[in-house]
Amino acid sequence: MQAEIAHPLDVYLRETGMHHIWCTGCGNGILLNSFVTAMRELELNLDKIVVVSGIGCIGRIAGYINTDSFHTTHGRPIPFATGVKLANPELKVVVISGDGDLFAIGGNHFIHAARRNVDIKVICANNFNYGMTGGQQGPTTPLNISTATTPYGNIEHPFNLVHLAAGSGAVYVARWTTLHVRRLTESIKKALQKEGFSFIEVISQCPEIYGKSTKIGDAIDFMNWFKKASEIQNFSDPAKAEITPDRIPIGEFVDIEKPTYEKLLTEKIVQVQNKTQGGA
Amino acid sequence: MSEKNRAVFTGKHFLSGDIACAEGALAAGCRFFAGYPITPATEIAERMARRLPQVGATYIQMEDEIASIAAVIGASYAGLKAMTATSGPGFSLMQENIGLAVMTEAPCVIVDVMRGGPSTGQPTMAGQQDVMQAKWGSHGDYEIVALTPSSVQEAFDLTIEAFNYAETYRVPVMVMMDAIVGHMWEKVIIPPADNIRIVNRNKPSVTPKEYMPFKPEKNLVPPMAVFGEGYRFHATGLTHEEDGRPRTESIKAQQRLVQRLCDKIRKNSDKIVQVKEIMMEDAEVAVVAYGIESRAALSAVRKARSNGIKAGLVRLVTLWPFPEKPIAEVAEKVKMIIVPEMNYGQLVREVERAAKATPVTFLPKLGEEPHRPEEIFEAIKGGKP
Repeated sequence: MQAEIAHPLDVYLRETGMHHIWCTGCGNGILLNSFVTAMRELELNLDKIVVVSGIGCIGRIAGYINTDSFHTTHGRPIPFATGVKLANPELKVVVISGDGDLFAIGGNHFIHAARRNVDIKVICANNFNYGMTGGQQGPTTPLNISTATTPYGNIEHPFNLVHLAAGSGAVYVARWTTLHVRRLTESIKKALQKEGFSFIEVISQCPEIYGKSTKIGDAIDFMNWFKKASEIQNFSDPAKAEITPDRIPIGEFVDIEKPTYEKLLTEKIVQVQNKTQGGA
Repeated sequence: MSEKNRAVFTGKHFLSGDIACAEGALAAGCRFFAGYPITPATEIAERMARRLPQVGATYIQMEDEIASIAAVIGASYAGLKAMTATSGPGFSLMQENIGLAVMTEAPCVIVDVMRGGPSTGQPTMAGQQDVMQAKWGSHGDYEIVALTPSSVQEAFDLTIEAFNYAETYRVPVMVMMDAIVGHMWEKVIIPPADNIRIVNRNKPSVTPKEYMPFKPEKNLVPPMAVFGEGYRFHATGLTHEEDGRPRTESIKAQQRLVQRLCDKIRKNSDKIVQVKEIMMEDAEVAVVAYGIESRAALSAVRKARSNGIKAGLVRLVTLWPFPEKPIAEVAEKVKMIIVPEMNYGQLVREVERAAKATPVTFLPKLGEEPHRPEEIFEAIKGGKP
């Protein structure tokens, strides 16, 4: 009789949560795989990682990962994560959420957390639309695209998330697609080890909804698009990293050092306590 | 000096309600404050910004009130006692994540220093217009605890109690303070740290493998592990099972969870509800009031007594869960109830419901000033049985 062999990544996945909700061909599974592979390769202590997510298909990811995890309301994973990190700085706090969650309803939280340089990692699955609610236009939907709420074509300019993150003060900014699994995994590893607000955008396929409304097609068609359009442009100007149908600039765009909020807070507390005790 | 002693501002002081509230939080063990400036609650944030670093703790000014309450819930899950403070407009924004705190049973304290609404209303003028929002502001069925101080001393005392209830029942607790109490300066006596009763959340007694984050004990409250302790649990704003797993398509899971979230407060309400009865032994007219109104009401009741009218005061310390039983008992005894509020008719509805057949007279007041004692006295006299 053959003994059951555990998959090496099993330990990273929560057993009870693993009846996942994602469609066949969805890019979220690739992102999940990259993330847990990064944790494994870094041999991180799973007891000291907190995964926080928001609402949307990717929002369920927190429930699938075998660490402490929290699934917040729509748009709020970043301020929740900020509270966790400041309350216990020894935890590694990772936000994994979608483009609508992080940049429409949660956009304000994103820019301020980046500005403060809170030491949290934000990974955004960007599938260019609101998949869970049936494919509505969102903050990253390209111009002219027809969606459920832009039946005559989108007239809103999309965010260039790389530029937004860099401009807001993130110390590490990268963009990959779900085709670039090894590079994405390396990037996640880098972010997990870096101190400060780190942002990784993952261009991800949504074949069942976005693939149909745009007629891009199935997961393979998305992969072919990513393959054809992606250009690795490491440390090029984030302002020029706009995504068009013909060009998806990918790579690492920002990797700088800057004191984190926690570091400055700790220094301030020490200063205040010395002064208060001396003066009392 | 130990951190605990440094956190407790022991002594006799002259403080505002806002400052006393901040000191109450520190004394209760609050070590995280996230907020956003707003009149008339800003002084709480300012006091916390000054005091928390002194005890090695975190004050952060967030980008808005939604972020503030979200950060408070995060800090609570990471093991700290956490608080935010705001006023009506910010309280409205917080309602979304107050629902999340209810659903994920995050102990936390929200102070609402009430000004005049709706909308931007009268920022510098007092009101009691948020008392219904405290109970019903977020969507869905839920119960919270809301306390209301009527003096600066009580702003200190009740903020400590708010933390104790939050930790006991894993529920967001609101301190509903009208802006007059918030901005009023009075004498406050802060006892030594060791004389202050502090409650800390119940920790799990099982191994991480056996731990179910939402499995309640007898009092319907689940013990709470915190992030980073190795329990590796999941919490979600979705309807969930006792193990934390989302259950969006189970009728039973919804019934079980929502009923428990409500019942853990409803069935423990005898342990939570506080009202103060003054001159009620033989009273035939009762004034039911809270916050600054209760002080005008007390003057009116005294005046009535000196005029030979058997009046008494029922001062609500707990707004939610509503003190249904005490009010029903009062209604049995008296011939009439008078409810003065600094709004156009909010808590009076609850009083009417609890009072059943006993007639209830409502005295509304809009704008900065509470009722004058004479106005309440006239109502007592007018309704004199």
